[in-house]
Amino acid sequence: MAGMSSPGDGFRDGFRDGSHDRSHEMGMHTEQLAGRTQQVFFRPEEEERFLYPWAPDVDYNRRTEIDADTLTSTEVNSKLRALMDQGYGTIVVRNPRGKHSLGVGILNRLNLIFEGSLGYFAVGLIDGPNVRIHGRVGWSCGENMMAGTVVIDKNAGSTFGAAIRGGDLVCRGSVGSRTGIDMKGGTIIVGGDTGAFSGFMMQRGRMVVCGNAGKNLGDSMYDGTIYVGGTIRDLGVDAVPAELTDLDKAWLTRKLRQYELLPAQGVDHFTKIVAGKQLWNYDNLEPTEKKLIL
Amino acid sequence: MCGIAGVIHRGGTSGIGAEMTSMLQALRHRGPDSTGFAIYGTPAEGDYVMRFKVAEQEDMASGFDIHARIRGRLEEVDRRLAELGVTVRDRAVSTEYAMRYVISHDGDLEHLARYVEDVEGTEILSLGGALELVKDLGDATVVSEQYDLGAFRGTHGIGHTRMATESDVDIRSAHPYWAFPYNDVAVVHNGQITNYWLMRREMERRGHRFMSDCDSELLAVYTAHNLAHGVTLEESLERSVREIDGVFTYLVATRDQLGMAKDTMAAKPLVLYESDDLIALASEEVAIRAILPQEIDTTDPYDEEIRVWQA
Repeated sequence: MAGMSSPGDGFRDGFRDGSHDRSHEMGMHTEQLAGRTQQVFFRPEEEERFLYPWAPDVDYNRRTEIDADTLTSTEVNSKLRALMDQGYGTIVVRNPRGKHSLGVGILNRLNLIFEGSLGYFAVGLIDGPNVRIHGRVGWSCGENMMAGTVVIDKNAGSTFGAAIRGGDLVCRGSVGSRTGIDMKGGTIIVGGDTGAFSGFMMQRGRMVVCGNAGKNLGDSMYDGTIYVGGTIRDLGVDAVPAELTDLDKAWLTRKLRQYELLPAQGVDHFTKIVAGKQLWNYDNLEPTEKKLIL
Repeated sequence: MCGIAGVIHRGGTSGIGAEMTSMLQALRHRGPDSTGFAIYGTPAEGDYVMRFKVAEQEDMASGFDIHARIRGRLEEVDRRLAELGVTVRDRAVSTEYAMRYVISHDGDLEHLARYVEDVEGTEILSLGGALELVKDLGDATVVSEQYDLGAFRGTHGIGHTRMATESDVDIRSAHPYWAFPYNDVAVVHNGQITNYWLMRREMERRGHRFMSDCDSELLAVYTAHNLAHGVTLEESLERSVREIDGVFTYLVATRDQLGMAKDTMAAKPLVLYESDDLIALASEEVAIRAILPQEIDTTDPYDEEIRVWQA
């Protein structure tokens, strides 16, 4: 393998100002997993994004509206696709009236604005769009989201950002239980409180809760980081407090300022929670495998 | 999956029948097997409304003599009511198998209920001053039209759309459940109760009756038991979160109160809208939007959360 360069080398070469050192130190590009290192072999900052070959070429300056009042969820989503195919890059959906599964599966860049509240599974499985929701959302908003930003003005239901893999998912109000369950990357930001079992089985990524957190926070988390500005009712199994470093504070300040959620007193009061990694047994053989070997 | 909904107007009446119909129809996708309403009107002094059925809907397609048997059961109910000195002020036939009587009675209501239910195939759905409990197979619109609930005015109500998972598709297993024999108390539930048989046996040992094998009925019996022993509705809800295992969210309505409880895992959904004059709760926001189309602020109650509102 001598002389062969890994994608990681090229990745690091792209950062001549030393910024990659800081981001690596913060764990933004690598995650420690059972003593092994997994590296993300792409540059989030690069201009050429990963576009799906069938992704429509939309123009942000072309704007249109949909009135969802009398439409079903399927009809609204079909209209969104048709408008994107026509090149519209900014779409406003009026009167969503709590309908389920609106805006799901959008895999290209788009400015999507909902004027009202959405039901379950809002904007799940998205990869790229910027979404603004002037209302609240029901359960499982942004589930399995891969990239983009979603900002919700009011409250959100349970399992907010379940299995999210990338992007920023922001709720300016409070959210229900099991926020960020099974999250695998990306950032979840909650302006208010979060319910029980938030960060349950979290694997990667960051969750920021400006208010209070319910019981069993970070239960059985594998990795990732949770920041809480208020009180924590109690921690789940294998979730432990960690030192809030200057890098953490810098990242928190930047992220919260970006979404106008930075508290007046700053971020020094935040508590950082990580995995204690006492539950890990990836390197252990399953009992059945042991039998085979022995 | 099941869907539950409730609404209470503080300090006034409204078209509660139409409101509950709209809310439950919006939840149809959570369970189309059956729909039930427990709605509360203005109680008439000294009178009780008794809603009861003398057969299941599916019985109507069984046997050549079902209509004769229903007539016979109704005659027997009437005979027993007369025997107990009950005055029937109004008789209304809701369906071939479901009746609504307005009765006057000074005696023991529990004895009356047990004596009437002793008639073959007969179940009292509700007996109270303000409560009218209606449940049948079909979605909310079908049941509401069948029982003419659209014009019903009252202060509050709860309702349920059922997806049968652990018991049959029949009226017996449909919600709401009347908290027999406690007047004007009804319960709807979304979830699974995992210590159902343990709790049921305990309740049966204490003399309570169960009409179905549906775990949700336990919540009605449990609530009735607590209320009968001087426990307040709020205390009963708090106890239930500690004593009942499983994942559940349930609503309880009394003559002038609406309560909710959510289990310790918060695994079953509930969305709450609260204003000075109206409280609306439902498994999904879309149900609340059915009666409040304007932009509103709603919240999700957290685990172990208990709330009680007064009409």
